[in-house]
Amino acid sequence: MNFTIFYTIISLSSLGILAGVILYFVAKKFKVIEDPRIDEVNEALPAANCGGCGYPGCRSFAEACVKATDLDNLFCPVGGNKGMNDVAKILGIEVVEKEAMLAVVRCNGSYKNRPRTNIYDGTTSCKIVHNLYSGETGCSFGCLGLGDCVKSCKFDAIYIDEETGLPVVDEEKCVSCGACVKACPRLLIELRLKGKANRRIFVCCSNTEKGGIARKNCVAACIGCGKCVEVCPFGAIEMRENLAYIDYKKCKLCRKCVSACPTKAIYEINFPPKKPKIEPTAEIKMEETN
Amino acid sequence: MSGYKELKTFPKGGIHPEGHKISADKAIELLKMPEIVSIPVSQHLGAPAKPIVVANDIVKVGQVIAESGGYVSTNIHASVSGVVSKIDKVMDASGYKRLAITIKIDGDDWLEGIDTSLDIKKKITLSKEEIISKLQKDGIVGLGGATFPIHVKLSPPEGKVADILLINGVECEPFLTADHRLMLEKGEEVLIGTQIIMQALGVSKALIGIEANKLDAIEHLSNLAKNYSGISVVVLKVQYPQGAEKQLIEALTNRQVPIGGLPIDVGVVVQNVGTAFAVYESVQKNKPLVERVVTVTGKNLKNPSNFLVRLGIPVSNLIKAAGGLPDQTGKIVSGGPMMGKALNTPDVPVTKGTSGILLISENESMRGEVLNCIRCAKCAWHCPLGLEPYLLMNLVEKGFYDQAQQEQILNCCECGTCGFTCPADRPLLDYIRLGKSIINQKLREKS
Repeated sequence: MNFTIFYTIISLSSLGILAGVILYFVAKKFKVIEDPRIDEVNEALPAANCGGCGYPGCRSFAEACVKATDLDNLFCPVGGNKGMNDVAKILGIEVVEKEAMLAVVRCNGSYKNRPRTNIYDGTTSCKIVHNLYSGETGCSFGCLGLGDCVKSCKFDAIYIDEETGLPVVDEEKCVSCGACVKACPRLLIELRLKGKANRRIFVCCSNTEKGGIARKNCVAACIGCGKCVEVCPFGAIEMRENLAYIDYKKCKLCRKCVSACPTKAIYEINFPPKKPKIEPTAEIKMEETN
Repeated sequence: MSGYKELKTFPKGGIHPEGHKISADKAIELLKMPEIVSIPVSQHLGAPAKPIVVANDIVKVGQVIAESGGYVSTNIHASVSGVVSKIDKVMDASGYKRLAITIKIDGDDWLEGIDTSLDIKKKITLSKEEIISKLQKDGIVGLGGATFPIHVKLSPPEGKVADILLINGVECEPFLTADHRLMLEKGEEVLIGTQIIMQALGVSKALIGIEANKLDAIEHLSNLAKNYSGISVVVLKVQYPQGAEKQLIEALTNRQVPIGGLPIDVGVVVQNVGTAFAVYESVQKNKPLVERVVTVTGKNLKNPSNFLVRLGIPVSNLIKAAGGLPDQTGKIVSGGPMMGKALNTPDVPVTKGTSGILLISENESMRGEVLNCIRCAKCAWHCPLGLEPYLLMNLVEKGFYDQAQQEQILNCCECGTCGFTCPADRPLLDYIRLGKSIINQKLREKS
């Protein structure tokens, strides 16, 4: 009788049992004890893995949350306040509500406003063009329109408007993760306060050149005239290197600067149309410059 | 000509683009002066120079108008005489506006002590240290294109000694003929300049490498070199990028520069023939770097020429002097077709690094449609440094910078061979350059 099969089964099963016993002791000896709350927090997070919180992925953020004593410096922009409340509940700590932010593009150099002076036919990447030269227009600060921000957005919240050649942020979809802010080589995108009813006012230009030169290259450029600084009753506007900047923390959305700006570089969004009662001089000047 | 069968060359990769040296038999002409020049303060590698003149100052040719901004930096001299009209940002070949000194020209008044005659002065009277400080003072930089300040190259770090000097007369870029003409017309001066650099380095041997497509220059310089001990001319195979520093060193001396190393690590210093001429003018004639030879060329250009140009003259003036901008010009390139850079306006000034202006017609200048990589490995096969450009491009595109660094992306000399050979028109070098700049920036932040 052939016992080969019999011996094989015996030897293999004994090997298996031996290995099982060894593995049991090894698992006991080297057991990793993990805080079970990490898994719970991870479950509560939106699992977008966008990196908007500053950590590489949701799980590392969950670990950071569990380790931290308070959640003041930790915020998941995708989950928002609701998500952070859930996390706080699991951890049994309090969390302060943060105001919602939104990405804004600080360039209004559309095809109409900013004439093209040369044609670029190379690789469609803003980073490469930025390394190469000032761009297709005379303005070396403005949007290159090749969509590095669009490629970086994981929420499909930013797209290039074909008519203007500029990126547009979708207010509904934007979670203010900041990926586009990092992707833009010209630092044009900024996270600003979403505001009541999504109302925002900001300087839609990043050109720090002298007024005349900036204006020559783009009719919608901030020329650094300082009128907005004068009219602002809250001292929210600051002039740096021929460029106005509105501090969204101080701005009360009164819109005085919007009507004072001679080049319409200050942008208002989601406001109802204004009643035509502004001082006539400003109106006429605006007409003339166009 | 039997000896030409075994011409020296670098061992790996390389291509042979068509020469198109259409301006090779055009003698160097003096360019007419414009009314205004803008002299950028950043014409060299390293820190920009600091302006020391103010508006309405009267300057003479050869006067220092901007002082060196550090050790790796150099002086900038007025290339014309006249009145400083403004110090403001001006568009230069980098594609961005940079600080420049604009001078309104009034006559041609040279600073005293500068010898503008054409007499050849052979006897070298200065000592080693005096030569180096003189070159530093006169703003001499490498004129091959990298514009590295010469005094840094001539002062090797402690423990490293140069034993051979290589003079780069290869001019492997198609179209360009500035160095070729210089060797033909100013051969004696180039050789004296070579001798001066040899003395400054303390070496007794110098090789002048010239590609085999410039037979007249080879013959002329070989004949002249007989009177100079230690200098000899070596004929090189016509192959791009023969003139790249590392390739030239390997072709001429069989030494390989280590990864991340400098030529001085293998005891070599390389200088361009244009630099040798500038060295001669500085040391023997007391003339700072205020002019250089620039080739203006293009297939449709009426009169392709080689000009001796004062620095700061707008490129548009050069084009006008060469017969005007032809219709249907697609791109104006500063430099050669392989490594040059398209300008976004012809009004940029000529700087120390401008070796040529190339006009490319519209139908030849546009890039082809980018297709998928078919893994033909042509780019890797032809890369003179043995890199894998397709891989580097993918890594940079996906943002794997650490891995790209491991694959020696920083070793790339940006010769453009990969893009030239790619049948799918992939923008290989664009991404490699991007990767290099991002990685370099990261390294700077770390240190």
